[in-house]
Amino acid sequence: MNFLATLRVALNALRVNKLRSALTMLGIIIGVAAVIVMIAVGQGAQARVAEQIRSLGSNIIIVLSGSVLSGGARGGSGTQQTLSEDDAYALAREVDEIQGAAPSLRGTGQVVAGNANWSTSFYGTTPDYLEVREWPIAEGRGFESTDMNSAAKVVLIGQTVAKNLFGDSSPLDQVVRIRKVPLTIIGVLDRKGQNMMGQDQDDVVLMPISTARKRVLGASLAKSRNVGSVMVKVRQGADMSEAEQHMKELLRQRHHLQAGQDDDFYVRNLSEILEAQEASSKVLALLLAAVASVSLLVGGIGIMNIMLVSVTERTREIGLRMAVGARSKDILTQFLVEAVTLSLIGGLLGILLGVGGSLLVGHLAGWRTELSIIAIVLAVGFAAIVGIFFGYYPARKASLLLPIEALRYE
Amino acid sequence: MPAPLIRTDALVKQYHLGANVVAALRGVSITIEAGEFVAVMGPSGSGKSTFMNLLGCLDHPSSGEYHLGEQEVSRLSGDQLAVVRNQKIGFVFQHFNLLPRTSALDNVALPLLYNGTLTAERHSRAAKRLAQVGLADRMDHHPAQLSGGQQQRVAIARALVNDPMLVLADEPTGALDSRTSVEIMALLQTLNRAGITIVVVTHEHDVASFAGRIILFRDGVLLDDRVNTAKDAGAELARLPAVSPA
Repeated sequence: MNFLATLRVALNALRVNKLRSALTMLGIIIGVAAVIVMIAVGQGAQARVAEQIRSLGSNIIIVLSGSVLSGGARGGSGTQQTLSEDDAYALAREVDEIQGAAPSLRGTGQVVAGNANWSTSFYGTTPDYLEVREWPIAEGRGFESTDMNSAAKVVLIGQTVAKNLFGDSSPLDQVVRIRKVPLTIIGVLDRKGQNMMGQDQDDVVLMPISTARKRVLGASLAKSRNVGSVMVKVRQGADMSEAEQHMKELLRQRHHLQAGQDDDFYVRNLSEILEAQEASSKVLALLLAAVASVSLLVGGIGIMNIMLVSVTERTREIGLRMAVGARSKDILTQFLVEAVTLSLIGGLLGILLGVGGSLLVGHLAGWRTELSIIAIVLAVGFAAIVGIFFGYYPARKASLLLPIEALRYE
Repeated sequence: MPAPLIRTDALVKQYHLGANVVAALRGVSITIEAGEFVAVMGPSGSGKSTFMNLLGCLDHPSSGEYHLGEQEVSRLSGDQLAVVRNQKIGFVFQHFNLLPRTSALDNVALPLLYNGTLTAERHSRAAKRLAQVGLADRMDHHPAQLSGGQQQRVAIARALVNDPMLVLADEPTGALDSRTSVEIMALLQTLNRAGITIVVVTHEHDVASFAGRIILFRDGVLLDDRVNTAKDAGAELARLPAVSPA
């Protein structure tokens, strides 16, 4: 009996019992769809974390100024600005692992443009900042060393600020005022999105550090070179902890700290937090897939159940087929092909439902979902294996029937 | 002289029911020549069904020999017997045993499925046999759309589709009314005249009377084996009052 004929016999048997076949398939359809949707949701979450890592720069180390000690109460990090601009330049120059270091001074204030205004954070920094953060400019230009030297009254603004102050019109060459200082917008930063804490990274204004110090933040800081933090980018492939170690050594040396004395700065390595988040989202994805697999397994048991009923119900048919010349392997193949056909058709419908479901979940819940070919192939392969595994026992039971007993079965 | 079609030698079949051993056949030796029309009779429990199952290669004898044509088949494996059944034997059952919701054509073609016949040939051979039993216009009908007599004709066409040496009919008229029964016997007689060996199991004397030889079983042994002057089913049919065609 050739395979095509077997397939036709199987399809015919399934067609004869349409409702039952459909219900049996439903288990597999739901199982496969669940696997695909769950993996899509899990991978979407993972991709989102990975993207956040990229957007922040996984190889970024932030050095924060130390805390002030007054009357026994320690202030938070940065309350005393122990870092200086020159620390940043020294780090970039002297530590091999470091690709760039950008000092930054942070302030907050109302940004006014015409009759619109918006409260945001602004940073005084160097041109290196954009390189360290891997942050391209959407339109206009960045500031350059001439702007630094002259403390030029120029700013770069983030997308959120641009939108809130100028709506859809171009902010380039417009003048905004921060703390009553008029500043010209020379560039708009590319969209960066939220960081992992959910903060809007596009709600920002950047200006040359000299401008921030001399013109915006006020007289008290004008003569100092101190900064709140230094953002450091480690070279691709360099060891993060080694870089961190070398940075600490250099800073201690520059700050004249004795052995045994505490650091007067803090080093934050963001990648650790992100890696932990990525790991947890991986576990989540795995968990979702495992739960979905259980439903696929249940679907398989449904197939076995129905095939067993079918074998009992069709005992006379099996007897007849044997009487007219079917060998036990023909009967085995027939029922196995039926089970596998059920699960494969179920699998294919499951793909459609799964893909549709993933898109729907992405659309309705606003979750990011990522369909993967591997998940689809895996789900359908698993469905076929379920069909073979759970179809084999009933099929074998059928093939072992004795023709005369099967013929006489009432 | 050619070898007989069927030759059994001291055929014994025992069943184990718990601790008891029940002998259904206690040594049956018989010879049936090619071209005979034999009726096997006997009360229930006489062993005639067991004998039929052995003749049909559906079961193994406990001891003894069975030669079908040139071949000794009593020691063959289950799968080898399946091949013998497929090639050499056609079955007709009391309850027709057609596949439900399957066309008459596909029902007739069923045995060809198991010997690798190609689809086109399967259909042409099945169609030829359906025409032979007078159902050329019913090929696409499902069993449920056919009368009992028509269903049995489909079953006979199925028995013939592989050009068997032997057709075994187990109570072929058991589920049919008397006129239809005679029609079926007439069809079997026609086939027999065309050279096919036919063995019919029945407990009705009317049915047996159409056979050329009657074998009687009782308690697992052959009680009687006599030549019968066969009634002509076609003539019998002409005598019966006409009814609306089935």
